[in-house]
Amino acid sequence: MQPNEKLEMTENNTNNLEKIVFSDQSLKKVHEIIARYPEGKQKSALIPVLHLAQKEFGGWLDVPVMDYVASLLNITSIEVYEVATFYTMFNMRPVGKYVLEVCRTGPCMLNGSDGIIEYIKEKLQIKEGETTKDGLFTLKPAECLGACGYAPMMQMGKFYHEHLTKEKVDEIIELCKLGNIAID
Amino acid sequence: MNNKLLLTHINVEGIRGFDVYRNHGGYTSVDKALKMTPEEILEEVKASGLRGRGGAGFPTGMKWSFLAKPEGVPRYLVVNADESEPGTFKDRFLMEYIPHKLIEGIIISSYCLGTNTSYIYIRGEYSWIPDILEQAIQEAKDNGFLGKNIKNTGYDLEIYVQRGAGAYVCGEETALIESLEGKRGNPRLKPPFPAVKGLYQCPTVVNNVETISSVPSIIEISGAEYAKIGVGRSTGTKLISACGNINKPGVYEIDFNLSVEEFIYSEEYCGGIPNGKKLKACIPGGSSVPIVPAKLLLKTADGETRYMNYESLSLGGFESGTMLGSGGFIVLDEDQCVVRHTMTLARFYNHESCGQCTPCREGTGWLYRILKKIEEGKGTYEDIDLLWDVQSKIEGKTICPLGDAAAWPVAAAIRHFRDEFEWHINNPECLTKNYGIANYACV
Ligand SMILES: Cc1cc2nc3c(=O)[nH]c(=O)nc-3n(C[C@H](O)[C@H](O)[C@H](O)COP(=O)(O)O)c2cc1C
Ligand code: SF4
Ligand code: FES
Repeated sequence: MQPNEKLEMTENNTNNLEKIVFSDQSLKKVHEIIARYPEGKQKSALIPVLHLAQKEFGGWLDVPVMDYVASLLNITSIEVYEVATFYTMFNMRPVGKYVLEVCRTGPCMLNGSDGIIEYIKEKLQIKEGETTKDGLFTLKPAECLGACGYAPMMQMGKFYHEHLTKEKVDEIIELCKLGNIAID
Repeated sequence: MNNKLLLTHINVEGIRGFDVYRNHGGYTSVDKALKMTPEEILEEVKASGLRGRGGAGFPTGMKWSFLAKPEGVPRYLVVNADESEPGTFKDRFLMEYIPHKLIEGIIISSYCLGTNTSYIYIRGEYSWIPDILEQAIQEAKDNGFLGKNIKNTGYDLEIYVQRGAGAYVCGEETALIESLEGKRGNPRLKPPFPAVKGLYQCPTVVNNVETISSVPSIIEISGAEYAKIGVGRSTGTKLISACGNINKPGVYEIDFNLSVEEFIYSEEYCGGIPNGKKLKACIPGGSSVPIVPAKLLLKTADGETRYMNYESLSLGGFESGTMLGSGGFIVLDEDQCVVRHTMTLARFYNHESCGQCTPCREGTGWLYRILKKIEEGKGTYEDIDLLWDVQSKIEGKTICPLGDAAAWPVAAAIRHFRDEFEWHINNPECLTKNYGIANYACV
């Protein structure tokens, strides 16, 4: 959790969402989640609800989105900010449609993850942490994702892509461009 | 040899579903346990000698017996499925392929502990697994094994799956509890221990997925029989997730009397090292345990054969031994660079430090930066001493053991591979840095 990766609160509320309100289906889910905890412990729902919010409101957590989550759970905004900024899965700024999270920790490194990261950088012409101009891809190096035996690997949305090779990366990127690959 | 308790039916088609699982003897241990008293179950677990599979190896029966039971206060069982220790991917395997084993274990354990709510806290990145677990929970409910008045015993139990959101430190049990309460994953000062004040300040037991999944076998065959499998204080079977430079990476269920050599080289397990390369070093229990060179891995400093169990792997202490830890077995072949590997681990711990304690927050950054400097060929001999100094000032001086976990790999790397650090200082570039596809020996 290094400070330089963390939240910058700016005027730049670029979600361009007219109104930040969950769909009926998500609201139902929120209530289902809250019911899992004892009376008065609805704060426990924060992380699951932030996951829902990130998915529904553009792939990252803008300040108004976090404020909305706070109001839903009847907690203060700061309680939401401090949690959202702690966990690496919550994006504090906009990301591409496809976020390529390539693991680079020891076991993956032994199996060539550095080569995969270099290859993606070159192919997409972006650096680590950057998004392509068309807004399609973000490259986000990751630390061990619990797939060390199937290295090198990356996470994209909900799923893992394992035993990566350059050819496999080509194929995945092609499928993304065609919008033909599951991410949630 | 070759007992299978956890993965017996792993290759049976459809074992993920309730009916097939039930037809292969699933939930019979629940049937049996519900006819026992909680005290009788606890005695079986104690007799089994089962030790926590999350890394520390603490006896499970003893942990359960510490659970405070004040009147009128709820208690909780929390399953630790945070699995983020580099090299470890066994809990994922259990949950993904045989989820009912865990559900079965939770029912028996909760009944024994007198808890009516259980949370499975799973790392956020395993985002497809909650669907599998929730389906298994629903099936168990539909068949009367969960919910209200389970099998007419009057006992109620609900299980919920909670996703984390990317934080290794949330595997530490008090950080996990904080996270489950909707907060940052900052470990708590102990005491009070979770057994007295845990989730919502109520008595709580936190156990690893594999630990809980081992409970059904104990009830099925009895604690005494379970204790006969294995050697000494390493009882039962253990899942090992093997990775790195081996021919057959994957998850294996082993007996504790298997030698390390057989585990690495036999066809039944890792199948040796690719391209006929030599074994250089190994981290046998997840990234936090000391790395050992091949000669100290296969045999102890006294020349005894090493076995895959808690005691044998730790023979020699940190001077010449290591630990079984979580069972994340990482193998390095002769072409790999220990400095570079250690640097990635230091980066990992630096990234994952929660920042509460100065020695850990600052020290992990120092470790990473010095290792990076040496790796890039810009280091000096003084840097090796500085590295040693920094790591020694983290160990034992922090709130949670993440600090120790960050220090130990660095200490062990210097202890056993100082010549490789020196080589790096005298040579501008790591020869194995051919984008990880190593072609040259580093020393
Ligand atoms: C930094 C850190 C990370 C940990 N990560 C995990 C983990 O991912 N899974 C786990 O089961 N235990 C983990 N542990 C150990 C837990 O704190 C705890 O000991 C364990 O869940 C107890 O369960 P057991 O007795 O069944 O092993 C971790 C400990 C520390 C200090
Ligand atoms: S040792 Fe590190 S991770 Fe653990 S509480 Fe201290 S700063 Fe946080
Ligand atoms: S090191 Fe990459 S998944 Fe574990």
